[in-house]
Amino acid sequence: MSAFFLGLTVFIALLFAASLYRIIVGPSVFDRAIGAGLIGTNAILVLVLIGFLYDRIDMFVDLALAYGMLNFIGIVALAKYFERKQGET
Amino acid sequence: MAFVAALLLIGGAVFLLVSCVGLLRLPDFYTRAHAVGKAETLGSMLILTGLALYNGASLSSLKLLLILVVIAITNPTATHALTRSALRSGLKIWRAEGKRTQRDLAG
Repeated sequence: MSAFFLGLTVFIALLFAASLYRIIVGPSVFDRAIGAGLIGTNAILVLVLIGFLYDRIDMFVDLALAYGMLNFIGIVALAKYFERKQGET
Repeated sequence: MAFVAALLLIGGAVFLLVSCVGLLRLPDFYTRAHAVGKAETLGSMLILTGLALYNGASLSSLKLLLILVVIAITNPTATHALTRSALRSGLKIWRAEGKRTQRDLAG
C-alpha cells in the first residue's frame, strides 16, 4: 500500500504542472487565481498523503487543515481585490 | 477495507485528472471555473474518504473527515466568489462562432 500512496502522490504532484501552465499563460488574472486555488487544494491532498508515507498522519493532518483554511481566505481576498466595476479601468 | 479505499483513491485521482484537463482545454474563464469548482471538489472528497477508511477509526480519521467538510464548503465558495468578481469586472463570456444565444438577441 505504501507504493500505491507514493504513486498517488507523484500523480497529484504532476497535476501541479497543469495548474502552473494556466498560471503562467492564463489570459486574465482570474484564470491565474483559479489555477492557484487548484494548486492549493491539491497541496492539501499531497500533505495528507505525505503524512501516510512517513507514518506521521496525526501531525500532517493538522497542517493540511490549517492550509485549507488559509487557501480559502487567500482566494476570497484575491477575488475581492481584483473586482472592478464595469467601465472603471 | 483496503480494497474499497484503493477504489475510492483511484476514483478521486480520475476526477482530479478530469479537472486539470478541463483547466487546460476549456475556452474561457467561466468554463474553467466550472471544471475546477465541481470535479476538483468531488475528487478531493473521494480521496479523503478513501484515506479515512484506510486509516480506520481514530482521531486522525475524524480530522480527515473535518478536512473533507472544510473542502466541501470552501472550494465551491471560493470558485463562486472568483466567478462573481470576474462577471462584475466585465470579463467576456466565450461563445461559439456564429451562434447567437437568447441573451444576445435580448440585449
